[in-house]
Order: sequence, then structure tokens, then C-alpha cells
Amino acid sequence: MSPPQKPAFSGLELIGDGLACVRGGRRVFQGLSFRVAGASALALRGPNGVGKSSLLRLLAGLVPVERGTLTLSGGKPDTPIAEQAHYLGHLDALKPGLSVEENLTFWAQFLSGGPVRPERIDAALDAVGLIDLASLPARFLSAGQRRRLALARLVAVTRPVWLLDEPTSALDTEGQDRLFSLIADHLKAGGIALAATHVDLPFTVETLNLAPAAMELRA
Amino acid sequence: MSALSALFARELKLAVRIGGGALMAVVFFLIVVTLMPFAVGPDLNLLARVGPAILWVGALLANLLALDRLFQADQEDGSLDLMVMAPVPLELIVTVKALAYWVTTGLPLAIAAPLFGMMLNMPSEALGAVCLTLAAGTPGLTFIGIIGAALTVALRRGGLLLAILVIPLMVPVLIFGILATSAAVVVTSPFIQPFLILVALSLGAMVLGPIAAAAALRFGLE
Repeated sequence: MSPPQKPAFSGLELIGDGLACVRGGRRVFQGLSFRVAGASALALRGPNGVGKSSLLRLLAGLVPVERGTLTLSGGKPDTPIAEQAHYLGHLDALKPGLSVEENLTFWAQFLSGGPVRPERIDAALDAVGLIDLASLPARFLSAGQRRRLALARLVAVTRPVWLLDEPTSALDTEGQDRLFSLIADHLKAGGIALAATHVDLPFTVETLNLAPAAMELRA
Repeated sequence: MSALSALFARELKLAVRIGGGALMAVVFFLIVVTLMPFAVGPDLNLLARVGPAILWVGALLANLLALDRLFQADQEDGSLDLMVMAPVPLELIVTVKALAYWVTTGLPLAIAAPLFGMMLNMPSEALGAVCLTLAAGTPGLTFIGIIGAALTVALRRGGLLLAILVIPLMVPVLIFGILATSAAVVVTSPFIQPFLILVALSLGAMVLGPIAAAAALRFGLE
């Protein structure tokens, strides 16, 4: 069971400097700086509501940057980070009326902007252990299987940065092992992964602790 | 533009699957049109005279039916997040979704309208006009409607608010649609002028609607 071969990324570096984020009039965090080099992962840790998800959404371009700068060097030039990143949020972005394979094929075509070879879809489904369910409508999937299918998206389309929000939620031990090995492969290829998680990752990661002290009401 | 064609194919597929509601609008349209003879009474001349108005109001309401789910369904399951992140401009994504909605909702209405017009005792010359004006006018209704759909994307029961927001904006389309259709029934009134204005309204909505809807979606996502 080997995930599809990925081209290596080289010289990637993601730098956040003095970032501040405001959501719903509340300052979630401010003065946040971090630096992740290629082939390494950053684990975001901290209590609930401290801004882990907000930071990932900010990196994905879904929440505006209030202050500070965010740069990705070594990626495609003149391309926003959002277009070079995979975002795996709390929601799985699956349509219950489409089959497992149709769901993944759509996202693979949409995200890559071109035709996708069926072998690539099969390989991605195989990597998350859903190949036997390819023709099953997504409405019949369990929460863990939905999570696996969402994960297959990251395998089917190659992107240098992975933004993972609680990626282990709903996954069983076997699913978590697959997830960890997929992340490890991604890092081996030179990619970057940021994960907000309460689970200990089985490989060396740097940790960014978000402190609740930054939580304050905006004046 | 393969991302957009993939999106278009997916929208059509979802519309015809279980829970998609591609033909629900036509069935609703049929019910509205069927109700009218019961309400107005068996006066065939009167029916023929109000026929264009009934068809247009029915089509306008039927066109609103599934509109509130257009972006909401994607927002609820997280698809919209991924679409906003895509390199394709959100305006084009909105346009493609609206076009797919029109193909599964507005176009069937226009095709079914001549049949329903016969139930209203409309003269045979008017049936073609109804089909033509609805085919030209329903894109306008859809592209005005998507602004409301985008504004109410995060609201749980946004359907009613959507209707209140967009129906006033649809009044010009309705006026010129009915005017052009009536021309086929009432010989003295011209057809081409109101029809051209109707086409202009639709084209204008197709330009402005996606821009407004994309702006509303970006604002609503945060």
C-alpha cells in the first residue's frame, strides 16, 4: 500500500510574522509569529477557542489577515498560499448524493483544474482504505469513512502545504496510522504540514503553543 | 477552465439525484397554474387575458423554490470553503452554479410553459411567445436571485428572507416579460420593444448578479 509518487518540493518555507486575527469583533490572537521549513510539520496546540482553527483558516485565506505578514517562499511565484494549500477542516465537503468515487473525482478535477486519471483516484482511495466502497453513495458512509474520503483529496492532488484541522477526529487507530503515514510521506517529499491536534503525532514535529492570554475583547 | 466544467457537471448531477429537486420547480409551476382556473372561475376569455400574468408569476415563484439551497448546501458541508480557496475567481464559480441552476430550473419552466398555457386557454400564437419570453427572462430571475441566496447563505431559515430581498428586484423582469407575452394576445401592443428590454435586463443581471453574489459570499464566509 504505497501512496502515489509525488514530485519533491524544494526550499519551501512558510513564515508568519506578527499575525493578528479578528473574528466577530473579537481579537482571537495577535503578535503570532512562526516559521516552518520544508519537510517539517508544525503542531498547533492550546486550549479550545484559542485560535488554532482561526490560524488555519487565516492561512487558507478564508479569514482576512488583520495585521502581520504571511509568506511562502519556494512555492509557485505570485500565487496565494490558499491556492498552494490543502485545507482539511471540520467539514468533509462531501455530497451525500454522489458516490465515493464521484466525490473524490470532482474535487480532484476542481482543485487541480484539469482532467484527473482514474488510476490516481483509485490510488488515493486505496491509500485511505476506501477502494472497496468506491461506488457507494457518500450518504452511507460513517463519520470515520467520511473523514478518510476527505483525506483522500490531499493524496489525489499534490499541493505543498497541508492545513489540517483536527485531522484525527472520528478516525479509528488504523485510520490514524494511515493519516500519520500520509503526512510522513508528504513531509518526505519536502512538503509542509500544519496540524491543529490534541493527539501526539508519531514523528518529530515542532510545536506552536497558542496562549489563552492573547484572548481579549477588542476595545 | 476544466475546474468550472467539473463544477457544472457536478451541479447537474446533484440536481437530478435524490434530493436534488431538478423537476420540483416544474411540478410547483403546474400546481400554481392549475389553481388559477379554480380561483378565477370558468371564464375562458378572462383566463386567456390573465394567462401571461399567471404563467410569469408562477414561473417567478417556481424559480425561487430551491434558490436558498444554492450556496447554503455548499456552505454547510464545507465545499464553499474549498471553492473560495480555488484559483478560479469566485465570480465565475457563482456564474457556473447559477447557469446550472437555470438549466435544471428555469429552462424546464420555459419548455413546459406552452403546455400550461393551453390549460389557460391562451391562443396558439401566444404559446410560442410565452416560451420565448420565459427562456429569455428566467436567466435574469436566477441571476438576480443568486444575490439573495448569497446574502442569506449563513442563515438557517433564509428562504423567506431571500424571497423578500429579491422579489422587488425581479419586478422589472416581470413587467417586461408579461408585456412582451401579452403582445401575442392583444394585437395592438408591440412585442419586440418589451422583449429587447427583457433580454437587456437578463444580460445586465448576468453581469452584476455574480459580482454582487461573490462579494456577499466572501463577506458571509468570514
